[in-house]
Amino acid sequence: MLEVREIYKTFNAGTINEKRAMNGVSLTLADGDFVTVIGGNGAGKSTLLNLVAGVFPVDSGSISIDGQDVTRLPEHKRAKFIGRVFQDPMMGTAATMQIEENLALAARRGQGRSLRAGITRAEREEYRELLKILDLGLEDRLTSKVGLLSGGQRQALTLLMATLKKPKLLLLDEHTAALDPKTAAKVLDTTEKIVQRDKLTTLMITHNMRDAIAHGNRLIMMFEGRVVVDVAGEEKKNLTVEHLLGLFSKASGSDEADDKLLLG
Amino acid sequence: MDVLISFFNSLPGAFGQGLAWGIMAIGVYITFRILDIADLTVDGSLATGGAVAALCITQGWNPWLALLMAVLAGMLAGLITGLLHTGCGIPAILAGILTQLALYSINLRIMAIGDEKATTKATLALSVDRQELLVSSRYIRELTLENPLFLLVIFTVAVIALLYWFFGTELGSALRATGANQNMARAQGIDANWCKVLGLVVSNGLVALSGGLLAQYQGSSTVDMGRGAIVIGLAAVIIGEVLLGKVFRNFALKLLSAVIGSIIYYIVLQFVLRLGLESTDLKLLSAVVVALFLTIPYWKGKYFTKAVRKEAGRHA
Repeated sequence: MLEVREIYKTFNAGTINEKRAMNGVSLTLADGDFVTVIGGNGAGKSTLLNLVAGVFPVDSGSISIDGQDVTRLPEHKRAKFIGRVFQDPMMGTAATMQIEENLALAARRGQGRSLRAGITRAEREEYRELLKILDLGLEDRLTSKVGLLSGGQRQALTLLMATLKKPKLLLLDEHTAALDPKTAAKVLDTTEKIVQRDKLTTLMITHNMRDAIAHGNRLIMMFEGRVVVDVAGEEKKNLTVEHLLGLFSKASGSDEADDKLLLG
Repeated sequence: MDVLISFFNSLPGAFGQGLAWGIMAIGVYITFRILDIADLTVDGSLATGGAVAALCITQGWNPWLALLMAVLAGMLAGLITGLLHTGCGIPAILAGILTQLALYSINLRIMAIGDEKATTKATLALSVDRQELLVSSRYIRELTLENPLFLLVIFTVAVIALLYWFFGTELGSALRATGANQNMARAQGIDANWCKVLGLVVSNGLVALSGGLLAQYQGSSTVDMGRGAIVIGLAAVIIGEVLLGKVFRNFALKLLSAVIGSIIYYIVLQFVLRLGLESTDLKLLSAVVVALFLTIPYWKGKYFTKAVRKEAGRHA
C-alpha cells in the first residue's frame, strides 16, 4: 500500500544547523498493516510521516501509495490518499468552524470543491451517527464551534475526520501525546476500533513503548534517520519493553539512549 | 445648537457614504476575518474601481456595465496580489503594498485613457447633468427612487446574500477552512494557495465595486480616493464587531455588522467635523480608532485571562 524507497532529507543544508533527518529510509507497508513507530527525539519519525504526507519534499528517493508515485505531488493532492492526525490537537481541526462543518470538509477530501452545498441534511444525520463511536456526546453538539472542545475531544474528532472518507493510508503522529493519560487511552482505544473496523493501513508514531507493543501487527524503531528495528507477526506479539530496549541497543550500538527513548 | 442641526442635516450623507464604504468593508471582512490576511491592496483597488467606472461612464458606457468593468479590474488587482503572495512567496502584507503602489501609477493612466492632451490624470469628474449615474449624492434628500440610499441598500443586501450563499458552498467552506487553519485545510485536500487567491479576488472585486459606486456618488474619481481605505475598512469591521458581535451570530448578520460599522464610522466622523476638526484630521482619527479597537481585545486577553478561561471552561 505504501512504498517508501531510499529517501533522504537534510534540513538547513550547508549551514551550522544542518541536520540529516532522513538517511536512506526504505519501508513497505502491505495492505492492512498497522505499523507502530518508535524512536528517540530527532530520530526522524515525524519527518518520515511529513515526507509521506508531502508537507515538504524529499531530497531524493521515491514514495508511492497504492501503486501510484506521489513523490512530486503537493500535500493537498496527496490528501486524496491519506488521513492524518497530528500531535497538536489544534492542528487537525478548524476552531472557528462547527463540528459538522469540519466533518463536511473531511468528507470531501480528495474531491474537487464546487459550488454545491457545503453540507447537506443527509450528511448531518450521517455525522450524528458516526460521532457516536467516539462516545463523547458530540453527536448532540453538531453545530458547536470546534474551538469550544477540549484537546481530547478535538483529537477524537480529527481521528474521525481522517477516517471519514476511508483513506488508503492513515498517518498518526503521536496523536495522543498531548493528552492526559485517561483521555489518551480513550483516543487510542477509538483508534484501534476504527482501524480494525475499516482495515486501514496505518502508520502510528508513539512515544510510549507499551502502546507501540500493544497495538498493530508490526513495529519499527528509528534511529538517526534510519529504520533500525523492524519486527512483525509472532515476534511482535511476544515483544516486551526489555526485549525492545535490547534490540535498540544492539541496533544503535549504545545503551545511553534508553532513557531518551522511553521518555522522549 | 447649530452644531446639532448641521449634524442632523449631514446624517443622510453619512448614511450614503457609510453604505458605499460598507461594501468595501465587507471586502475587508473577507480578507481580514475569514482569510486572516491584512490585504493592503484595497487602497489601490478602491481607486481603480473608481477610475475604471468613471472612465467607462465618461466614454458614454452604460453605468451598470461600467460597474461590472470596475469589479473585474478590482478582481484582477486581487489576483495579482494573490499570485505575488502564493506564487512568489512574498508575505501577504508586502504583496498588497506592492500591488497598491503599482496601482497608483496605473490609476493615473486609466483616468487619462481617451484624453488626447494628457497621458496621466489625477481626477475624472462625473456629473448627473451630463451622464447617466446610478447613484449621486445630489439626490440624497429626495424622497424618490433617485435617492442613492435606495440603490445602495439594494446593492448591500445583494452582496450579503450572494456571499452568504457562497460561503455555504463547498468552495466557500474550503476558503473558510483555509483562513481558520491552513494545516487542516491541506490535510483535507484543500489547495490553500488557490483559496487565498480566490478570497483576494472576491474581496478586491467588492472593494472596486465600492470604488465605482463612490465615484458616482461623490461625482468624481480621484487617484487619492483610496488612501487609507484599509484603515476605514478595518475600522468599520471592528466597530461592527465590538458593537454587534455579541448579538449577531449568523454569518450574514456579521457581514451586515461591517456595513453598520461603516455607517457608524461616517456618522461619528460627521459629528467630530461639526465640532471643529478639519477633514484632513480624519486620517489621524481613523488610525487612532482602529489602533484602539485592536488594542482592547488584545489587552483583555493579556491582562484578564482568568475571566476568559473560566468562560471557556464552562463551555467545554
